[in-house]
Amino acid sequence: MTSTRTGGGLRFAALLLGFAFLYAPIGLLVLYSFNASRLVTVWAGFSTRWYGELSRNEGFRAAALTSLEVATLAATIALALGTLAGFSMSRFSRFHGRSLFGFALLAPLVVPEVILGLSLLLLFVSSETWIGWPSRGVLTITVAHATFGACFVAVLVRAQLAGFDRALEEAALDLGARPWTVLARITLPGISPALISGWLLAFTLSLDDLVIASFVTGPSATTLPMAVFSSVRLGVSPEVNALATVFLALVFVLVALAFWLTVRGERRRRILS
Amino acid sequence: MIGIGRLGRLTLIGVPFLWLALFFLLPLLIVVKISLADSVVGIPPYTPLVTRDVTGLKLHATLANFVLLASDDLYLRAYLGSLANAALATVLCLLLGYPIAYAIAGARGAQRQPLLFLVMLPFWTSFLIRVYAWIAILEPNGLLNEFLIGIGLISTPLPLLNNQFSVELGLVYSYLPFMILPLYGSLSTLDESLLEAAADLGARPFRVFLGVVLPLTSPGIAAGSLLVFIPAIGEFVIPDLLGGPDTLMIGKVLWDEFFNNRDWPVASAVAVVLVAALAIPILAAQKYLERERAA
Repeated sequence: MTSTRTGGGLRFAALLLGFAFLYAPIGLLVLYSFNASRLVTVWAGFSTRWYGELSRNEGFRAAALTSLEVATLAATIALALGTLAGFSMSRFSRFHGRSLFGFALLAPLVVPEVILGLSLLLLFVSSETWIGWPSRGVLTITVAHATFGACFVAVLVRAQLAGFDRALEEAALDLGARPWTVLARITLPGISPALISGWLLAFTLSLDDLVIASFVTGPSATTLPMAVFSSVRLGVSPEVNALATVFLALVFVLVALAFWLTVRGERRRRILS
Repeated sequence: MIGIGRLGRLTLIGVPFLWLALFFLLPLLIVVKISLADSVVGIPPYTPLVTRDVTGLKLHATLANFVLLASDDLYLRAYLGSLANAALATVLCLLLGYPIAYAIAGARGAQRQPLLFLVMLPFWTSFLIRVYAWIAILEPNGLLNEFLIGIGLISTPLPLLNNQFSVELGLVYSYLPFMILPLYGSLSTLDESLLEAAADLGARPFRVFLGVVLPLTSPGIAAGSLLVFIPAIGEFVIPDLLGGPDTLMIGKVLWDEFFNNRDWPVASAVAVVLVAALAIPILAAQKYLERERAA
């Protein structure tokens, strides 16, 4: 669809209103994080006061470190599991339990978070009463996040493998490369965009998760969304605004970088082919 | 792949399969099990399902929790409330998202990727923060009320927060990108010549839209509706932060049952019913999508 059937003005209006709706709340939040007043609605001049307060907030700092630790671990496990799962589903068309496997890979994407959280907690509690392990905290949150992260990675890997030219693998096999070598040197590099975006997706989802982490954690671990949530429940706080702004800035830079890498990669591939 | 060997194949399939069996399928079975138990004060706060004494193994399954769900209309109203809120949010997302997706699909080639990027960007930022951002806007003395009073449109603040309106707004705001992306996917693959043919045969633009564009983009509409409807039903953060006393959504009821009432068996029973209830729209949608693909 490239023609200009409908008026350019209408289209521009739809885009303008749509993006205003999507970005106005975020923009206002960022703006008011620089407000000197504690009150949200009263603009008392530009100030970086809340960023200072934020940097001295030990609770938020500890929670941020916990979240980063969990997200890094969970995304890495999710990448490994999801790649194996996506590869299995796309390359092995017949094996025992394939439909159950497919169900278990897709269902976590649609099952509500409250149920994922509750069910995993009940598992951990049962296991703790039976064998005295694991104690709830960073480990249990990581396992929970790795599980649903793996399902997202598997979707991306499957999609990328579907568009992957298998003639490359066959050529390598014909030239005498061993199957594992082909897997490591041809297939995995070939689906690297899915691997990178899969890891980033699992990382972001883990960093963003409040519900599942709240269920499966113990007294020893508080993630950043949990800390923010308990603070936000008491009302709007300028410190949370400052924290949100820092977080948004980080995400925008990372996502823009990832986007730029993908676009550049695609352009290169187009030139090569 | 040929030549990877039986053991290799077993590892590739087995490792993620075992993980999912242990951390997704088994927990669901445990939820079913505990939904049949009684609530007790203790650790863990539920009765064992099977006990052993001198006469052998005894099964203590009870349907009391499900009877409670059926008899107390809080749960039915919460479930219906979730369905209604999610359905309305889906329709609103469709109405808002279609023009946006249409505009992006009609944009010049070089502009499309950045526009799509802008649609997706909020998804990568914190969900919690995006919901939280609305509190400052909708509060009684929040930005929107102050603005409306400032320009003289109203004299007393409107009740914008902690009611149905704010919950619906939060749902639409949070899930709009999930509607736009599949709609764009359908619209961008639309065959231009069909539209020209319809126009050449004398159809007015609106008629072309209703008769050609809309039916051809129905897979995108179905996919987008599903991506909004399904997660909106089980939503917890939005009804908790933006909702009020009249907001009843099943995700929040489950949370309260678990964290505030500490009634794990009832929370499990709510979860079992919710999964069963969700299976219906998911299976229906899957059927529909398969038929579309086959046609």
